[in-house]
Amino acid sequence: MSEPRPRIAVVSFPGSLDDHDAVWALSALGADAVAVWHAEPALPAGTTAVVLPGGFSYGDYLRCGAIARFSPVMHKVVEFAEAGGLVLGICNGFQILSEAGLVPGVLRQNRSLSFICRDVTLRVERTDTPFTSRCEPQQRLQIPIKNNEGCWFADDETVTRLEASGQIVLRYHGEDPSGSVMAIAGVCNEAGNVMGLMPHPEHAVDPLLGSGDGALILASLVDAARERTLAALAA
Amino acid sequence: MKATVLVRPKQGILDPQGEATRGALQKLGFRVEATRVGRVFDLEVATSDPGEAKAEIKRMCEQLLANPLIESFEIELAT
Repeated sequence: MSEPRPRIAVVSFPGSLDDHDAVWALSALGADAVAVWHAEPALPAGTTAVVLPGGFSYGDYLRCGAIARFSPVMHKVVEFAEAGGLVLGICNGFQILSEAGLVPGVLRQNRSLSFICRDVTLRVERTDTPFTSRCEPQQRLQIPIKNNEGCWFADDETVTRLEASGQIVLRYHGEDPSGSVMAIAGVCNEAGNVMGLMPHPEHAVDPLLGSGDGALILASLVDAARERTLAALAA
Repeated sequence: MKATVLVRPKQGILDPQGEATRGALQKLGFRVEATRVGRVFDLEVATSDPGEAKAEIKRMCEQLLANPLIESFEIELAT
């Protein structure tokens, strides 16, 4: 495993569920992953990437992610993202990013009105992002989803703009379980340093757990974070 | 003073909850053609000035109570 291990902060909100899995998966893939409590006033020194994990922050009250976006550490995450820092939001983390306006669109209740928990097939639409650099163009990934509000929505004008600017990174392949606009499963911001996705790569990093495809996404992030760590050391 | 905020899914936004509710009402035999499901907030704000209250509640809606991408809101002040 190549050194150094880049520091990746995983934010734990009250109600986060997948923070431990995210820390475990990122550590297994070569990161110095640290859990950070949402009430912390700052990100740990040397943080080169931030992951907002899945779960039900604040009980999903009001709207998913609507309250977590105002957590103390989120002010720092927003500053970090606006300065070009790498941020990945998974499931509830995606909902928090969209409520915070860091990625486009909004996650709404699944069209089926059901909580869906199963493997889905994704198609990688872009490989030139810090989150998909290890993937092949149009590669199919098998990664589980588990959500009730995974239906990504934006108006037609926004979707057209996102298509043109290449911000649609992942799509459901075959069946779209949630009824998202244009089968969108993952989008990034215009600068490409912030991405949200509904599927859970941290639950698919070992074939023993059904699929190792999620490791491609998380290892891409670790690679990008390591490059930034090396650049900072060289500066 | 007291106020009520109504938050609704915007026109043209698919409302699966409203659709399911309409289906259930129709199964019960009610002649309903459309149903939209929104949310009500009963607030008590720390001012007695209606203009000030309305301005502050508008900011509450924009920042937290509604998501402007998909929801509209209406503010009613108690008289």
